[in-house]
Amino acid sequence: MGVKQFGARVKRVEDPALLKGQGRFVDDVKMPGVLHACFVRTPFAHAFVRNIDSTAALQLEGVVAVFTAADMPQRMRDERMPMLVPNAAIAALRTQHALATHEICYAGQTVAVVIAQSRYIAEDAAALVDVDYETLPAISDLRSAVAPGAAVAHSDLPDNIASSFKMEYGDVDAAFASAPHVFEEKLWQHRGGGMAMETRAVLATHDPATDMLTVWTGSQTPHIGRRMMADMLDRSVESIRCIAPDVGGGFGPKAIFYAEEPVIAACALKLGRPVKWVEDRREHFMCATQERDQYWDVALAVDAQGRIQGVRGALLHDTGAFVPWGIIMPYIAAATMPGPYVVPSYRLDVRVALTNKVATTPVRGAGRPQAVFAMERLMDRAARELGIDPAEIRRRNFVQPEQMPYSVGLMFRDGKPLIYDSGDYPKGQSEALRIADYEGFRARQSAALAQGRYIGIGIGNYVEGTGLGPFEGVTVRVLQNGKVAVATGATQQGQGTRTTLAQIVADSVGCRFEDVVVTVGDTAAIANGVGAFASRQAVNAGNSATLAGTAVQAQIVQLAAQTLGVAPEDIDVADGQAMARTGNKPVLTFGELARLSQGMPGFSMQPGQTAGLENTAYFTPPQAAYCSGTHVVEVEVDPETGGVKILRYSVAHDAGNIINPLIVDGQVQGGVAHGVGNALFEWMKYDEQGQPLTTSFADYLIPMATDVPTCEIAHVETPSPLNPLGVKGAGEGGTIPAPAAILAAVEDALRPFDVHVTETPLTPERIVELLEAAGAYEQINSQIEERA
Amino acid sequence: MKPAPFDYHRPISLDEALDLLSNLENAKILAGGQSLIAMMNFRFVQPDHLVDLARIPELTGIEERDGVIRIGAMTRQRDLEFSDVIAQRLPLVKAGLAHVGHRQTRNRGTIGGSLSHADPSAELPMLALAQDATIEVRSTRGARRLPAREFLRGYLDVAIELDEIVTAVEFPCWRAGHGWGFHEFARRHGDFAIAGAAALLELGEDQTVERVSITLNGVDVTPVRLTSAEDVMRGRRLDAELICAAAAETRHLEPLEDAHAGAVYRRHLAKMLTQRALGDAAKAGALIASV
Amino acid sequence: MRVNGVHYEREIEPRMTLGDFLRHEIGLTGTHLGCEHGVCGACTVLIDGRTGRSCLAFAMQEDGSEITTVESLAQGGELNILQQAFQDHHALQCGFCTPGMLMTLTELLRDNQNPNETEVRETLTGNLCRCTGYAAIVEAALDAAQRLAAAREA
Repeated sequence: MGVKQFGARVKRVEDPALLKGQGRFVDDVKMPGVLHACFVRTPFAHAFVRNIDSTAALQLEGVVAVFTAADMPQRMRDERMPMLVPNAAIAALRTQHALATHEICYAGQTVAVVIAQSRYIAEDAAALVDVDYETLPAISDLRSAVAPGAAVAHSDLPDNIASSFKMEYGDVDAAFASAPHVFEEKLWQHRGGGMAMETRAVLATHDPATDMLTVWTGSQTPHIGRRMMADMLDRSVESIRCIAPDVGGGFGPKAIFYAEEPVIAACALKLGRPVKWVEDRREHFMCATQERDQYWDVALAVDAQGRIQGVRGALLHDTGAFVPWGIIMPYIAAATMPGPYVVPSYRLDVRVALTNKVATTPVRGAGRPQAVFAMERLMDRAARELGIDPAEIRRRNFVQPEQMPYSVGLMFRDGKPLIYDSGDYPKGQSEALRIADYEGFRARQSAALAQGRYIGIGIGNYVEGTGLGPFEGVTVRVLQNGKVAVATGATQQGQGTRTTLAQIVADSVGCRFEDVVVTVGDTAAIANGVGAFASRQAVNAGNSATLAGTAVQAQIVQLAAQTLGVAPEDIDVADGQAMARTGNKPVLTFGELARLSQGMPGFSMQPGQTAGLENTAYFTPPQAAYCSGTHVVEVEVDPETGGVKILRYSVAHDAGNIINPLIVDGQVQGGVAHGVGNALFEWMKYDEQGQPLTTSFADYLIPMATDVPTCEIAHVETPSPLNPLGVKGAGEGGTIPAPAAILAAVEDALRPFDVHVTETPLTPERIVELLEAAGAYEQINSQIEERA
Repeated sequence: MKPAPFDYHRPISLDEALDLLSNLENAKILAGGQSLIAMMNFRFVQPDHLVDLARIPELTGIEERDGVIRIGAMTRQRDLEFSDVIAQRLPLVKAGLAHVGHRQTRNRGTIGGSLSHADPSAELPMLALAQDATIEVRSTRGARRLPAREFLRGYLDVAIELDEIVTAVEFPCWRAGHGWGFHEFARRHGDFAIAGAAALLELGEDQTVERVSITLNGVDVTPVRLTSAEDVMRGRRLDAELICAAAAETRHLEPLEDAHAGAVYRRHLAKMLTQRALGDAAKAGALIASV
Repeated sequence: MRVNGVHYEREIEPRMTLGDFLRHEIGLTGTHLGCEHGVCGACTVLIDGRTGRSCLAFAMQEDGSEITTVESLAQGGELNILQQAFQDHHALQCGFCTPGMLMTLTELLRDNQNPNETEVRETLTGNLCRCTGYAAIVEAALDAAQRLAAAREA
């Protein structure tokens, strides 16, 4: 029998090509006669486009065309970009035009496109396109946007409220009226980005012989992109093929269908030549969607023992200039806040504001880091005020494993009641505390303080709805060369999707892992697909793979039994062959079976036999599978500079059954790095006019190798009962509680000065300001003098 | 992010380079290119001509003569970092070089390029000022020598003409066994400093400060010498109190605000880092003096 | 210019960066451009044996230089020791930053045969990675150093 692949630390099949420089990212696709695009983007955050004069640009040698909205297909002229997740609670159902028709609402919005022989020339020409703008007052800051008399982000809207809604259950006002302790916090989380190392890219080519439009796109969701593109270009879906080849990181922003995609496709159709656009990093800072910017004004009611009685408050979310993904993030945030705790009553008033900045859409965590930050800051506050250890107060409030499945009382974004399917939160926290040596920490802290060093510890707990629907498909097909071909609408931007699915299929079909060949991210490979977001692929595609693989194995057994003249139950399938248990144990290889499955020309198939050894399964999860975890962080703060160093990072993570620990550990560690960025570094700054200020990697700081510690990771596996494999998503859990835990640790380190931290990123400058305000430096200076 | 078009020139002698510069309009010198090319890719800078100095042998090298280290302008930062002469005679410079960018940029970045770029947060201009270096510049009109404090004229601005080339930098060495300290604070390893402090000390008998240099970066349009602190220290006996008094002179600074940090924080850092740099300089100086 | 031991002659515009030359003139697309302003390090190659950003060099400057790119590492198609350590430790996810990481570590492990973790991490600050959180890259580098030492002794 073959070795079971599920659960093994299998090395990735993706790696050899990528390590040899033979990866195939969009900009690596060589296309003879390709033309290069550069977009003309508005420098203003809010303006009317009065006139576009392309005369000078067109005179430049090497320029092929300059297109504006007027040159685009009718649907792209008349209609705005499609909204992916509409919701009745959205007052301003507003997306942008692919190319601006009149009003532009954020700096960097697409106004026109230049097509030239090289990107160099296209950039030269873009600078020569003369656009006459009438500038309008811009609204930049989220809180100002909802203040009376604020400038409006869209000139035809009465205000900047894109949506307001309420999420609640229980009698929260009664809980607050009777609770002995109420703690309030005002919290803010910055705006940041996904910042994949590969920027976005689109390459489109049209073959007149087949009328096939092929679009390579650095996307997390090529199947969705194809559907959108078909609508906008008024083409049949069948005449468009979208390929997301190797994609250099996603993290959410590449799940969006962007204006550049249909525009480049339209240019290729119009010119009859391949057209390529590779976003540059400055464009990425200005025009790829971002996330996080939220203000929370929240309160926690607890009894004398620190047991939660209720949570209530208000959330203000910045959606930027448009709402391409609806109100998913504030919705998720509001539904995530109760987390692993029993919260008897809850009310959150949510407002979503429009500003003249690029739209926000999910970035790794998608509203959850903010919600966890809000809840965990409240828990830390209660612990401090009541003199209860932060771990203990959490312990007292956990939903217990025997309460599973646990209904929180809210509806989740999938339209289903928010019911945790499984999880052991007390165990998760105790595991994390154990590997962090939490018990020994206070002694470490005292010893450090005696040397004038300030170290602190912080805890962050979270529960995350993963594996969201609607579905993902997997086709498994046995080939006549004995290989097993797998095709899926799932995509990969580094998650090892091909490896994971190959493991599952090898097990379920009964072949060697090396013989499974997986195609991802190609709409030609499978009819229906969704793509990568919401930590959904292991659940959706993984279970489709096991269902399809199992079905194909049944076909193999059936055909082998018929061919060998034995009963199906006497057939074993392993290592790519079917073997009879009886007689002289004859064997048929997968290759032989694949040929037999094609029948013979002119002859009837055997009764019950289907054509080919092939099955396509579309697993549709009934609801989200809830993963959970605890992060425990130890930091050292240098109060003289405000510098923070993470000394130790411990994670307990429950992603259900684990398909490949090597990959899951990598997801957790990478997620933590993103969380470190959110907590301490990453801040997409804009000025009051909506001008982005941090549009380079020298200004927008993502963590380096010296900023991210190696995490110690413990896996707590409570299988999800909702899917055959018992898996949950693992892509975002590393990020979600990191800011909460890191800031708690900083606050703990600065406990001698009674400093309270409420915002991320927490910069060294802010730490010094807080210490200054707390009068810390008189104390510190005397210590420095002693040491000197 | 592709640069605008330009003509490329690669002289093989200094005279040829000087001729080119005196004749070309809107020309820029290309040294290591680690700042210039990034700015050209952003199209912040669009020269019509680039004059590449990389193939001019006489612009490269490190030599010691009469207590002065002379460094050719095109000497790569990485070669300075691993130079025994620098390590022995200019330990402050060696310490500061570790903070200059990253390995890949130090491999290509040059001392002349960094000085000419004159970023107020950069290390090499600060070190030149700290060591009272002399910058040698040449044009077809002749040669000039400028002290670092005159050369570093303003924000990304140096006191040379468009036809002039920085050819060498001369660092006078301090007495063997002098104390030195270098501290800077950057958000991440290798980033431009928010602020930094470099200190040099020569101590006499009884730990008297005979000679002192205190230089800061990141707190003004150019690196600055904290002369009032030097005055406070000179001739006094070195102790913790004196270091605090010197560092307190940072209160007169009026740093600029930018997207990276505000003035108050920069001033705060300047004080803390001055204290640390002087502390290290005192330890190093005292230790060696007592041997 | 010689790239990975092969001589190339092309007529190019002066403004073409070395990165674009490698990728689009001679088709070596293993070197990636992630920021084009010299911070991310994805485009790192060896220029006459030293690492450099190929986005911060014009191809003209390197007329006559010896350039080494990621494509040269796997001799005969076999992953070299460093590449194999990357796969074994899961030191790459999307793989976009990986070529730059490999070139930076190739130089480090040549110049410092027994680096400690701090040296590896400080060297890697010139290369950004958004996927891995660096831990596995650091492990792979340290492991590769040991394997290389063992190979030298053998």
